[in-house]
Amino acid sequence: MNYLEINHVSKTYGTKKVLNDISIKVPEKSIYGLLGPNGAGKTTLIRILNQITMPDSGEVLLNGKPLQPSDIANIGYLPEERGLYKKMKVGEQAIYLAQLKGMNKKEADKRLRHWFMKFGIASWWDKKVEELSKGMQQKVQFIVTVIHEPKLLIFDEPFSGFDPINVNLLKHEILELRDKGATILFSTHNMASVEELCDNIMLINKGEKILEGKVYDIKQQYKNHSYDVVYRPNDGSEETHLTVNTTNPNELIRDIISKGELVSFNEILPSMNDIFINLVSSSNQ
Amino acid sequence: MKIGIIIEREYLTRVKKRSFLLITFLAPLFFAALMFLPAILMENSEKFDEKRNIAVCDESGMFVGKIDNTEVNTFIYIDNNIDDAKQLVKDGVYDGVVYIPATSLSVPTNAEVYSMKQLPMSLTSHIRSSMKQVVEHQKLLASGIDPAIVKASATTINLQSIKMDEKDGEQKSFSEFEFILGLFLAIIIYFVIFIFGAQVMRGVIEEKTNRIIEVIVSSVKPFELMMGKIIGIALVGLTQFLLWGVLTLAITGVASAFLPTQDVFSAGTVMTEQITEATATANDSGMLTEVFEVINSINFRDIILCFLLYFVGGYFLYSAMFAAVGAAVDNETDTQQFVTPISLLLIIPMVCSSIIATAPDSSFALWMSMIPFTSPVGMMLRIPFGVPIWQIVVSVVVLYATFILFTWFASKIYRTGILMYGKKVSWKEIIKWIKY
Repeated sequence: MNYLEINHVSKTYGTKKVLNDISIKVPEKSIYGLLGPNGAGKTTLIRILNQITMPDSGEVLLNGKPLQPSDIANIGYLPEERGLYKKMKVGEQAIYLAQLKGMNKKEADKRLRHWFMKFGIASWWDKKVEELSKGMQQKVQFIVTVIHEPKLLIFDEPFSGFDPINVNLLKHEILELRDKGATILFSTHNMASVEELCDNIMLINKGEKILEGKVYDIKQQYKNHSYDVVYRPNDGSEETHLTVNTTNPNELIRDIISKGELVSFNEILPSMNDIFINLVSSSNQ
Repeated sequence: MKIGIIIEREYLTRVKKRSFLLITFLAPLFFAALMFLPAILMENSEKFDEKRNIAVCDESGMFVGKIDNTEVNTFIYIDNNIDDAKQLVKDGVYDGVVYIPATSLSVPTNAEVYSMKQLPMSLTSHIRSSMKQVVEHQKLLASGIDPAIVKASATTINLQSIKMDEKDGEQKSFSEFEFILGLFLAIIIYFVIFIFGAQVMRGVIEEKTNRIIEVIVSSVKPFELMMGKIIGIALVGLTQFLLWGVLTLAITGVASAFLPTQDVFSAGTVMTEQITEATATANDSGMLTEVFEVINSINFRDIILCFLLYFVGGYFLYSAMFAAVGAAVDNETDTQQFVTPISLLLIIPMVCSSIIATAPDSSFALWMSMIPFTSPVGMMLRIPFGVPIWQIVVSVVVLYATFILFTWFASKIYRTGILMYGKKVSWKEIIKWIKY
C-alpha cells in the first residue's frame, strides 16, 4: 500500500522547467529519501505536496485519494528554511502553530508539554525564542512538526544545525515515528543518513528523475564487482590485501585458498555518496 | 476558522507590547494637555511675565502720561535726551526706553523702542495702540470733530452665516471651526493609516526574514495569513482609538472638575483667536457662546462614524499594498522604492488640504473625496462642513470595492513574494507575479 503517490507531476516557472514528469510511490510506514543537488527541484516538489504551490500537470494521491485542502492536518512539514517568531514565547508559539494545523488549544498544550518533557526542554516553555540558541530552536521546530501526529512527515534537511548528539536523538525519533505508523519523506544532502534511514530513494537532477528504488537494490545495481581480499600466503610472508574485480567470486576464492589462508573476503558496495556524485555529474554532461 | 487564530495572535502580541500600552495611555494625556494648556497659559501668562519699567523719552511732548501702565509694565516719563536714556537702559535702571523724536510734522508717527532684551509683542502693541489713540484724537480735534461722536458712531456688525437643510433645521455655521476640525481629522486619519499600514508591512517582512513563513503557509493559505494580519492590526487600531476616546474623556472630565469651567471655555477661544482676532477682542463673550453653539451643532456621532468607516477602508486598501511590498522585499531597507509611490497617493490630499477645506464643495474637493486613494483624507477635510449622504455612500462603496480589488492583487504578489529570497525585485517583476 502506497501512502503517497505522485503521478506525472510537472511544474514550470516562466520558461524554466522545474519538475518534468516526476512520479514516485512512497509505501506506507517507510522512509523515502528525496535526493538531488541544489536547485534540482526538491523544494518545489515538497511545496506541491504541502499545497503551497500547485503543479501545472499531474496529480498527487494521499492514501489513494487526490490531495485536498483538509489534508494539511495529515501532513507535518519541517522546511529547510525554518524559523520562529523571535519575540514570542516558546510555549505560546508552539500552541499557535499546532492550532494552525487544526488542533484545539487544550490538546495542543497537553501534547506539547509531554514532548517538551521528553526532549528535556520543559524549562524553555516561557522563554522568548530569541533567548534560545539555533540548535534549541530546531528542537522546538521538530516538535511543532510532529505534534499533530500526521500520517505523512516531510523533513527537508532535518539535521542541519544540530550537534551529533542531537542528530542521534532526532534519528531515533524519526525511526520511532515510522514504527508508530508515519510515512516519512526525507530530503537531504547527507548521504550517510540516507543509507542509515531510508528504505527507498529517488534522485532528481534539473527536474528530471534519474534514479529510483530501494537503497539495497540500488547499491547492488551500481556495484562494480570488486572485492576486498585479505589472506596469509603459504610461504609465511606478511598478510596481503588485494582489491580484485571479478564476476566470478567463487573462482577467486578457490584461487586464493590455493595460495594461502583466507583471512577476509568482502564485496565492496558503492556508497550512496559515490552513486550520487557519479550520476549527477554524468547527467550534467 | 484558522483566520481567527491568526487574527488572535496578531492582535494579542501587539496589544501586549509595552509600546502599545505606553502610547495608549500617554496620548490621552497629551490630548488633554492640548485642550487645557492654552487655557492655563492664557490665565497665567501675565503672572509669568516679569515686571518691567519702561522709560518714555518724548521729544514731542504729546504723549506724556498718555501710555497707560499695565499689570507688569510701568511707564516712566523722563526728560533726559535719548543717549542718556539708552545708557540708563544699559546700566539696568530701565528695561527699555520708548523714543518719540520731535518732528516737523503736526503729529509724530514714528517711534523707537530700545532694550537689552527682546520685548514681548504684547508690550510693543500696547505702546503702538496707545500712541495711535493719542494721534487720532489729536487729528480729529484738529479737523474740528468731536472724538466722542466718532466713538459713538463705531459699530460692530454681527453677521451670522446660517446653514439650512431640507428639514427646515437651521444651524449657525462657523467655517473656521469646521476648517480646523476637518484638518485635525485628516491629519489623524493620515497618520493612523500610515502607522498601522507600516505595521502590516513590518509584520510581513518579519515573517519572511525569520523564515517562519514556510511553516505557516503549509498550514494556512497565504491569503488567510495576509488577511488575518490586516484584520488583527485593524482591531489593534480600533482598540487604541476606543481607549484614547474613553481615556481622554475621563482625563478631561477629572481635570475640568479641578479647574474653573471658564478655563475650558477660553481654551476654545485660543483655538479660534488667530482667525477671528479682530472680532474676538471686540466681542469676547458673544464670540465664545457662538463657538460653543457651533460645536454643539456639529454631529460628532456621524463624524466619528465616518472617521471609522474611512479609517477601516483606507487602512485596508493601503495595508494590502503595504503587505504586498513587505512580501516583495527581503528587508526593510529595500522597501523605499515601493513605499514612496504608495505614500505619495496619500500625501496628495494632505498637501491640498487647505484648497479642499476652504472650498469643500468645489469639484476638486469632490474628486479628492471620491478617488479611493485620496478619499479617506479628502472626505475628512470636507465632513465637518456637511457632505450630501449620496456622496459619502458612493465614495465609501468605491473605496471598499477598490480595497477588495487591491487585496486580490496584493494576495497574488504576496503569495509569490513570501517564498522568494535573495532577489531584488523590480516593478516589472511584481506585475508579472500578478499574472501568475
